[in-house]
Amino acid sequence: MRLPDKKGHFGLYGGKFVPETLMPALEELEEAYKNSKKDTLFQNELLYLQKTYIGRPTPLYFAKRLTERLGGAKIYLKREDLCHTGAHKINNALAQALLAKRMGKSRLIAETGAGQHGVATATGAALVGLECEIYMGSEDMERQALNVFRMKLLGAKVREVSIGSRTLKDAINEALRDWTTNVRTTHYVMGTVFGPHPYPLMVRDFQSVIGKETRWQIMKAEGRLPDYLIACIGGGSNAIGLFYEFLENKDIKMIGVEAGGLGIETGQHAARFAGGSLGVFQGTKSYLLQDSDGNVLPTHSVSAGLDYASVGPEHSYLRDKGRIEYTYATDEEALKAFELLSETEGITPALESAHAIAETIKLSPKLPKDNIIIINLSGRGDKDVQHVAKIKGLEL
Amino acid sequence: MNRIEKRFKKLNTQNRKALIPYIMAGDPDIKTTEELILEIERSGGDLIELGVPFTDPLADGPVIQKAHYRALKNKVTLRNVLDFVKRIREKTTIPLVLMTYYNPIFKYGDEDFIKDAVTSGVDGVIIPDLPFEEAKDFIKTSKMNGLDTIFLLAPTSTPERISMITNASRGFIYYVSITGITGAKIEGIDQIKNSLEKIREVTDKPIAVGFGISTAVEAKKISEWADGIIIGSAIVRVIEENLGSPSIVNKVGEFVKTLSEGIKEVQSSARPASRSEAGEFGV
Repeated sequence: MRLPDKKGHFGLYGGKFVPETLMPALEELEEAYKNSKKDTLFQNELLYLQKTYIGRPTPLYFAKRLTERLGGAKIYLKREDLCHTGAHKINNALAQALLAKRMGKSRLIAETGAGQHGVATATGAALVGLECEIYMGSEDMERQALNVFRMKLLGAKVREVSIGSRTLKDAINEALRDWTTNVRTTHYVMGTVFGPHPYPLMVRDFQSVIGKETRWQIMKAEGRLPDYLIACIGGGSNAIGLFYEFLENKDIKMIGVEAGGLGIETGQHAARFAGGSLGVFQGTKSYLLQDSDGNVLPTHSVSAGLDYASVGPEHSYLRDKGRIEYTYATDEEALKAFELLSETEGITPALESAHAIAETIKLSPKLPKDNIIIINLSGRGDKDVQHVAKIKGLEL
Repeated sequence: MNRIEKRFKKLNTQNRKALIPYIMAGDPDIKTTEELILEIERSGGDLIELGVPFTDPLADGPVIQKAHYRALKNKVTLRNVLDFVKRIREKTTIPLVLMTYYNPIFKYGDEDFIKDAVTSGVDGVIIPDLPFEEAKDFIKTSKMNGLDTIFLLAPTSTPERISMITNASRGFIYYVSITGITGAKIEGIDQIKNSLEKIREVTDKPIAVGFGISTAVEAKKISEWADGIIIGSAIVRVIEENLGSPSIVNKVGEFVKTLSEGIKEVQSSARPASRSEAGEFGV
């Protein structure tokens, strides 16, 4: 059976858990999204912009020196970091901006953690000519200052969220409050496969271009499918974007890497599968880091994009089915991976994507040389350079 | 017949409207919450909506958000609130409706919560982020145990949704007066009248209006059309402004009195025709 079902459920997970004011808007969005799939003009415009504006297809690059350094499986990188604006986020944000325009909305809002989705949404808004406001936690604004300025350059207003934990989840709360207030004129560009139906479905569809390209690219390069797919998981859009195309290829192992922060035992992490339980949060039912009273726990990660208390409902479903294995990398491991990829390949990954590299560093040496690993390099690290320097105690 | 239905019936026979003040359990502390409930009852509150603190109250504006955080600081949980209701039930029979986000209930366990809530003396529950589509089992179990499920209708609700939500609601129907979050300003008060007329076409159940009503004047105006008026942020603001003051309970009581008197003026002048139409409330 194809999931989600009509009501947006992936087995136990997913659904629509929002106030009534937003329910009609979700129905409208679902309808508009369905219609857009049948609209060849819309689809052609999206394809054209993917090619000429985002720069798709992104390369599948054989990381020869990293492969040699780790001494195990052959490692390929799916270069989503080469997308316009520097991460996979634009695949979704641009498509939703086009959809919003088609729906007659005049304004886009979005939440952002690392700033990548905010930049992507601001870019989409500029391209199609819509107003744009981005909600961002004050803690994230500090660690991703560069992206804050980029959003402003793109004509977006950046709204600082300084209540709660002042990170991504609070930015989502504020964006949902804004949407509740301005729902008639505004489209909410949810940045990941999270939130109420139809977002987990729609964002997955917009991101699945990653996996579709990867399939023909690896067939061309190697004449066969890979043995492993590895991606980092915040909400999980880059991971599902790569994995979805291959779910039926049962021989391919898939690993999602969450943020282990300072270690699971410290409680300062964002490893929902390692430390969470079933909950209902921000519109959907999924794994959630919460206390025994159902309050949401604060999270920690060196990467703002993974610093989130819950995870996309489809990931929870695929985890229960045993189709995808979920693990985590700590801040320290991610920082090492950040440096290793920079040194060996001349590619500086986003700290989020560095979590996927970190898992590869652990896994690859144990594998035979004829195995193939594909990592989704979901974003580039330019935005993190300042933050990493600060962690290392360097003045720039 | 539970306390909510009885109360609306009684008010109806007296040709009166319900004043439903909202306060957050544990804001500023549980002891004061108890005094506040008793004072609100003395000052003319007919039902009380009791908030349960949650870390991520996405339907709430800044005033009630801060109340959530104050109560969380006091480590108030859903379990504490049920214990509290049990204690206060020895002192008052005022209908009590919990307003809580869904996750604390989900974590508690739907069925356990429903049973414990009823045992404690809770009469109804409003869960802003649990739409009726996701609440089928919850509605069924609540009905079996005698807990009223009060669902929200919004200005954006479609005719299909109005019909389904009025069906799913028991106790009363909560009409959200604004497209927005709690405590925002009401614009275009007359639109509320039109919306309520549309809802009345499909239901005889009592309709209470809330979310943006902050003054006695607004309360008075809207009570011409509604069966109940819910006041949240405006009351919580009085609490916020009097934190640490020994007169906090009196201040809230005074404010509730002004609201109540405003509504009563309307009640005495209400057209009998509109009341007899509402006649017998459906179940």
